[in-house]
Amino acid sequence: MTAAAGGATFSWNLWSDLSQMLSYQFMRNAFLSAAIVSVVAGVVGYFVVLRRTAFAAHALSHVGFAGAAGAVVLGINPVWGLLAFCLGGALVMGSLGQHLRDRDTVIGIVLAFMLGLGVLFISLYNGFSTEAYSILFGEILGISPSDLVVTAAVGAVAVVSMAAMYRPLLFASVDEEVAVARRVPARLLSIAFLLTLALAVAVAVQVVGVLLIFALLVTPAAVAERLTVRPGSAMAVAVGLALACSWLGLAIGYYFAYPVSFFITSLAFLAYALARLATGQGIGGRRRRLTVES
Amino acid sequence: MSPTLHSGRPAVCAHDLAAGYGDRPVWSGATFDIERGSFVAVLGPNGSGKSTLLRQLLGLLTPLAGRLEVLGEPPRRGNPSIGYVPQARTLDPQIAFRGIDLVRLGLDGHRFGFRAPWQPRARQDQALRQAVEAVGAASYANRKLGAMSGGERQRLLLAQALVGEPELLLLDEPLASLDVANQAAMVELISTVAAERRLTVLLVAHDLNPLRTVIDLVCYVANGRIAFGPPDQVVTSAVLSDLYGAPVEVLVDSRGRRFVVGIEEETAHPHQPSPGTRP
Repeated sequence: MTAAAGGATFSWNLWSDLSQMLSYQFMRNAFLSAAIVSVVAGVVGYFVVLRRTAFAAHALSHVGFAGAAGAVVLGINPVWGLLAFCLGGALVMGSLGQHLRDRDTVIGIVLAFMLGLGVLFISLYNGFSTEAYSILFGEILGISPSDLVVTAAVGAVAVVSMAAMYRPLLFASVDEEVAVARRVPARLLSIAFLLTLALAVAVAVQVVGVLLIFALLVTPAAVAERLTVRPGSAMAVAVGLALACSWLGLAIGYYFAYPVSFFITSLAFLAYALARLATGQGIGGRRRRLTVES
Repeated sequence: MSPTLHSGRPAVCAHDLAAGYGDRPVWSGATFDIERGSFVAVLGPNGSGKSTLLRQLLGLLTPLAGRLEVLGEPPRRGNPSIGYVPQARTLDPQIAFRGIDLVRLGLDGHRFGFRAPWQPRARQDQALRQAVEAVGAASYANRKLGAMSGGERQRLLLAQALVGEPELLLLDEPLASLDVANQAAMVELISTVAAERRLTVLLVAHDLNPLRTVIDLVCYVANGRIAFGPPDQVVTSAVLSDLYGAPVEVLVDSRGRRFVVGIEEETAHPHQPSPGTRP
């Protein structure tokens, strides 16, 4: 969970620091997977914030926890359990419908059940605490080359599907009634989006873990929403911010014997706090009229 | 688009039309023709089925019985010749989205994929600018929807409906939640735009009076039936009493405003509320 074991010390020669860091295979894997996850999380996260589906994202990560823990018990790579359970969870949530009044309640109930199931699986497995810890809080420094291949493939599918449904999903998210009248398949898109979200969650869990997933999936997009209102720019800002937080977090974690996840989530939180202050809205939630020129 | 091109057939043709959800009728026996270029006010109490009529025209709801033609063909979902503005409360007012991007969705939001930065945009930008200018929203179209007044948002929704250059405009309660001055400005705007573009307009409203100087026809939906005709022939004591099956009085004041009085609650809500309306 920490890279400092190697006795790395920070010098002000950033180039030699960087080349030293990148001389380790596990650091190269970590930087690469963080980059992939940042792109996916930034793009998908924009729609998570726009569609107000943060709770669904949260729940999917917990469903993924049960899947990952189950895979560990079965002795297979946790990423397959993550993927299978996240996708299954997305299908179930999608079938609940967007407007069902007790949708959040149902999601919450399933979430609690899945977390309990995950605890059972973890207890069935002997090496229990390390595995549980890495699923819950992420283990970016333990990403193997084969994990990286899976992350890249899943990330590519997620980005391509977002690109394919970009305009109608935007239409259905902002103005569903008109979108439906214009023959946009809003219901189908809602399910397709949840499935894509499931892919994003599955790859992001590897980096920051189940419990800290919002740091990459929601916070950067929420910051971007404050800084720009153009959908394209907002996504670019979200991706850039997720990348900055995860790479910087990794670099800091390389020198300090504390979890990388802590540094990533702290940087994301700092960015959000700064964005709130910069856009003239403090903790109290006062709203200032904001004019954005084209 | 020359006006003679579609001078023949009416914009809307309804014959013995019935509407409802499942097998529960909302209204039935509606027969009327709406000529091209007419401005029609769709009036009636809450839950009487005004929006249901729009949903049928949009092809979102199949008629229970009867025949319906829209612009010379059966209603079909996604008909680009129809511009639609739903009730304003369906739009999240706090959404972090610019007005101009909302209008743009009316142009290409239904297409899959995304518009890459290298694709030509001059024609699209021109259509956007024209629609935004037509509703007088040029000065605030780049603002966030959350930073706009209800009237400003309503104008941008109208621009979104107009940007695809429709022939028929369906507006569901565009005057709701606007103050009296904004209502008058909105009515004036819709009637000007409709005249310039030779549009047929169906506008759902609660009150005839803000509209009475601009409309040609009234479609009065109540008690499971529809009365159709010029306002001074439909909004009368005799016709509305017959429609409601109960005594209803229409008072006309010195300025020609009409007030409907004497509608009991039961006759105002003759059926289950349709989805989306609160009981």
